[in-house]
Amino acid sequence: MEAFLHQFLSGLANGGIYASIGLALVMIYQATHHINFAQGEQGMFSAYIALILIQAGVPYWAAFLLALTFGFVSGVAIERIIIRPFEQAPVLSVVVVFLGLLFIINSLAGWLFTYNVQAFPSPFPAGLGGRYLSAHEIGMVGVTLLMLLVIYLFFRFTPLGLAMRAAAQNPDASRLVGIRVGWMLALGWGLAGAVGAIAAIMAAPIVYIEPNMMGGILLYGFAAALLGGINNPWGAAAGGLIVGVIENLAGAYVVGTELKLSVALVIIIVVLVTRPAGLFGYTTMTRV
Amino acid sequence: MRHRIWLVLAVASAALSLPAAAQNTPGVTDTEIKIGQTMPYTGPVTAFSTLGKGEIGYFKMLNDQGGVNGRKVNLISLDDGYAPPRTVEQTRKLVEQEGVAFLFSSIGTATNTAVERYLNANKIPQLFLASGASKFGNYKEFPWTIGGIQATFRAEARIYARYILKEKPNAKIAILYQNDDYGRDYVAGLKDVLGDKYADTVKEATYEFTDATIDSQVVSLQSTGADALLLVATPKFAAQGIRKVYDIGWKPMFFLSNVAIWISTVIEPAGVEKAVGIMSSVYVKDPADPGWDNDPDMQQWKAWITKYMPEVDPRDQNYVNSYNSGMALVQVLKQAGNDLSRENIMRQATNINDLQLPMMLPGIKMNTSPTDYFPIENMQMMRWNGKQWVRFGDLLSGSL
Repeated sequence: MEAFLHQFLSGLANGGIYASIGLALVMIYQATHHINFAQGEQGMFSAYIALILIQAGVPYWAAFLLALTFGFVSGVAIERIIIRPFEQAPVLSVVVVFLGLLFIINSLAGWLFTYNVQAFPSPFPAGLGGRYLSAHEIGMVGVTLLMLLVIYLFFRFTPLGLAMRAAAQNPDASRLVGIRVGWMLALGWGLAGAVGAIAAIMAAPIVYIEPNMMGGILLYGFAAALLGGINNPWGAAAGGLIVGVIENLAGAYVVGTELKLSVALVIIIVVLVTRPAGLFGYTTMTRV
Repeated sequence: MRHRIWLVLAVASAALSLPAAAQNTPGVTDTEIKIGQTMPYTGPVTAFSTLGKGEIGYFKMLNDQGGVNGRKVNLISLDDGYAPPRTVEQTRKLVEQEGVAFLFSSIGTATNTAVERYLNANKIPQLFLASGASKFGNYKEFPWTIGGIQATFRAEARIYARYILKEKPNAKIAILYQNDDYGRDYVAGLKDVLGDKYADTVKEATYEFTDATIDSQVVSLQSTGADALLLVATPKFAAQGIRKVYDIGWKPMFFLSNVAIWISTVIEPAGVEKAVGIMSSVYVKDPADPGWDNDPDMQQWKAWITKYMPEVDPRDQNYVNSYNSGMALVQVLKQAGNDLSRENIMRQATNINDLQLPMMLPGIKMNTSPTDYFPIENMQMMRWNGKQWVRFGDLLSGSL
């Protein structure tokens, strides 16, 4: 029973990482209806910025905010400079651009920061942790939930959030009522960049920081977002936690560690076949 | 059409495998020996490519000193990004366009496997490839492929298994390994020693390279009641494992694969105090160990790295490995004299007796024969004391 509890909780902790990167994916999807394959790498790069600032003596939370700002600004810049010219391009071209971004950012980070594994500081005092979850793991799940709440409030209650949702769902009508659709898209990218930065900064103390740190995590982030519903932030967060727990429990008790990733993916396929919008997503209807 | 392709292939391979005298071995002239290798200069394991950089630096020194028998060694080191299809492409380029005499110290298990058949079919030596996988000693099937200047993973696992049997005969053993050739070699090594007892005494768990963490596996293994642990992981996962074992209060007899003994990228990220007591093994001299400061070989090595590679981090053990493998090659070329045919190169590479390379631990000698394609088989155990690795005990043989 003790081992079971332990597996369950460490699954939740992993799930927290998946949930936060899943959230960033949902942000971009909300704003642009694209899936950004370079999301994890953008976050990783922002985390490196935070690390360099911390090593230079900047207090943790100041470095955190600066890295967040960097994530936001670079997100906007990428949208304006790189993605904008492909606005009318077919989906496949956009996918190739995203993949290109992934490799470029990854190699750039390797070149600038080396490929060596480095430790990353945690803001949460080590004493708070117990045997089952470290203080950082508890803190990370807390930060993810907080981030979720902020995103929810932003989209639900602010005029800007409303305008962004409108711009994504019906660009033409939004333009007619005076919403600057282009800037809404860029803003969506910026917010996703900031969320991705938080995800990476929270994951780094657990998985350590290196240019490839987000590779595996992004896969699970996709799984989380698809399972919960790519158009629903709550769904993505719940999806992340579910994937984390299922992965651990199945690996430990059902199929063994070799197949634990497969089990998570099979469950996602089953969900998508029976509920294509994900567990908590809503179905979009288009008039043809 | 199909027949014509086969014809072209047949002619091409016949041309490549013509018996070559010294003068007409591709890549060999009176003043130069051209050799080739592939290295991951880009991609996820770029860190490994320091081996190639070190070897280039080694041959630079050698050529400044006049080369071997009046011939300079020209190493062409190409990037394969650690992707086997690109290894094939680059290796063929080295052989068919650059016209190298042989391949030397290309890195990686999957990458070398991908070109093993091609090189053997064309009778081109694949010398001292940089992989610890025990599959590269199969002289019957692949007589042109010989393993690197390092102990194999399988030999290392046997040493740990024997240590456990001696110190803790009733231990229940847990092994956590990366689910690929690298990890499975350690399982094979444990089985070599434990035999029938393996099934009863060993509990296995694996992880995939894409996993976020290996915490769950550590928890599972602890709950089996095991009191000895062998962690076979690449640096990032090794650091995670060391931290998790400590955090959950598990205190097994702890062995760490020597792929992950790096202080800066494993022990420090995990926490130097969390790793106290962990054992691993070693076969080279560690430049960071002050015990070697007065060793003339170490001083020469340091002089080399200061002069030829001033910009690198000398704590990276690949610069020791590259120095050793460069010297091993020089020995082969010296033995070969002026008969630099591919047959003779291979004959000499498989006839090295008791060669003490300067940066190997004293007593760890390089031995090969036509029926022994594993150049290094001895190691010494060591233990992390919170500040550095401390070697202990005698040299141990990892052979069966």
